[in-house]
Amino acid sequence: MATTTAPPATTIGDSIIARVVEPPDPKRFGIGRAFAWAFMIVVILASLFPFYWMLRTALSSNNALYAGSDNLLPVQPSWGGFERVFGLQTGQEAIDAGGAGQPIAFWRYLLNSVVVSTLVTVGQVFFSAMAAYAFARLEWKHREKWFAFFLGGLMIPAIFTLLPNFVLIKQLGLVDTLLGIALPSMLMTPFAVFFLRQFFLGISKEVEEAALIDGASKIRVFFRLILPMSTAPIATLGILTYISSWNEYFWALMVSYTDKSRVLTVALGVFKSQTPQTGPDWAGLMAATLVAALPMLLLFIVFAKRIVNSIGFSGIK
Amino acid sequence: MALTAPLPKTTKARGRRDDTRLALLFILPALIGFLVFMVWPTLRGIYLSFTKFNLLTPPEFNGLDNYIRMVQDPVFWNSMKVTVYYVFVNIVLQTMFALVIAVMMQRLTKRTWLRGIVLTPYLVSNVVAAMVFLWILDYQLGIGNTVIAALGFDRIPFLSSDAWVIPTIALINVWRHVGYTALLIFAGLQTIPETMYEAGRMDGASEPRMFRSITVPLLRPVLALVLIITVVGSFQVFDTVAIATRGGPVDSSRVLQFYIYDVAFGRFQFGYASAMSVALLLVLVVITFIQYRVTRADSSDLN
Repeated sequence: MATTTAPPATTIGDSIIARVVEPPDPKRFGIGRAFAWAFMIVVILASLFPFYWMLRTALSSNNALYAGSDNLLPVQPSWGGFERVFGLQTGQEAIDAGGAGQPIAFWRYLLNSVVVSTLVTVGQVFFSAMAAYAFARLEWKHREKWFAFFLGGLMIPAIFTLLPNFVLIKQLGLVDTLLGIALPSMLMTPFAVFFLRQFFLGISKEVEEAALIDGASKIRVFFRLILPMSTAPIATLGILTYISSWNEYFWALMVSYTDKSRVLTVALGVFKSQTPQTGPDWAGLMAATLVAALPMLLLFIVFAKRIVNSIGFSGIK
Repeated sequence: MALTAPLPKTTKARGRRDDTRLALLFILPALIGFLVFMVWPTLRGIYLSFTKFNLLTPPEFNGLDNYIRMVQDPVFWNSMKVTVYYVFVNIVLQTMFALVIAVMMQRLTKRTWLRGIVLTPYLVSNVVAAMVFLWILDYQLGIGNTVIAALGFDRIPFLSSDAWVIPTIALINVWRHVGYTALLIFAGLQTIPETMYEAGRMDGASEPRMFRSITVPLLRPVLALVLIITVVGSFQVFDTVAIATRGGPVDSSRVLQFYIYDVAFGRFQFGYASAMSVALLLVLVVITFIQYRVTRADSSDLN
């Protein structure tokens, strides 16, 4: 994405011509640019420092944190924090190290988070794609009216539907189940339908009609033609959905009560409330926080470019 | 978000013009999701606000009782006040920082790595953000207060004094969301033609001058849209409060959504909680409407 204003000048002659034609180079170094870079460096540090601090604290011995609060490196480096998070210490060991002593096993929550986010992502993207195809390519009565009705859903703040949805999930007997957490966002979001419809509308109709003339059904066209041609937007939507589902707290907090359905965000809150009130187990808490954050950070490292470029005005959530 | 016009009717060899049955099949799952988990809960939420409902016995219609109670409930008004205060601090800081960051990225380098770093905090949950700042800002041991003390200032009870708690929560959420907002504004900046800046430079305009006379006026519609999105999001603050302060000290960070949660799940007064949700919904609808009108009236950009 290196969009420079002036084409790179390779020879002296070129650069002279470039200088004559181009306005003064905006990238030249000056006091203003130095200040601007200094500001951006502060922004970069502010963005990344908390992550370093999580790691530094998680790798410290909790009891040593009190004496070494100004140490920028892990104090008495130890895996103790992570061991408590994954239930590898006995109760007494954990208490001695400054932890809560209750057994806690983040593997379970990690698994729950993966299951919920996967259900939501796969379901939401697939069902939204089906609907988007119907809105973009199929011929049926009142199509535009139905689409407008769907889009009206964008106006409803998510937060308003949480309480009544909880009542519904309870009536369905799905409280404290992973399906109960996933279900309300598993079938569609107006945004996903809108986003994919826009893309499907842009696919050339000729390929599709050629396939239809060859005798393919529209279902086949959807699965064999439209979906494979849309892997890029589907992947982008899928990644964004996965991240927001992984980070969801409020809804999951309402629905899950026990380890059976506890996802990482909720478990983190519970873990925090269990820690000794005087002298919290910061090493353990930061280890848990890091465990909750790490999968998304890894996902981000892999898909950084796609995620960064997806944020714009076609990607408003 | 202009909706595209209906497709032109194409003349085609095959006579399969009507796909109604297939379309029904294709939209069925999404339609069920939409009706059952969006439309129905919205209507039901409004209905429940006129009832007494404790989740165990069926809701009993009680007219305007919940709304009368709400108007007379000092905790409700306090939480409304706290929420508005939070939104104000959060939005002002976030928009200012995001605007500056976006312009800097635009003028310094458009490379992806920089945008990626700025966006990183947005990738973690509010819960993670709250946890890490709870630690960084801890009164005794947090590195933030350690630095403040080392510089010779008094330690600040960021999350345990009623004066600091809301600005602190607002700043924590600025940390998580500012990169996302900056990227939205950055996307808006891309729509301003580079030729305008070139013309400005030809005329010898300085960078601050170009910011005032080119960037801000042309960016106004984008900023308005960003404001609608962020204000509506900001009003729904819950996670950070639930993790970092649980509404305290006393009620000084009891934002509306946290109070609603407390009334519903702490006291099982779902009717009253629903009434307050309706109040929040109305506030959001009014704000969206006002901002939308302002945007439309002001859309004198490049066109």
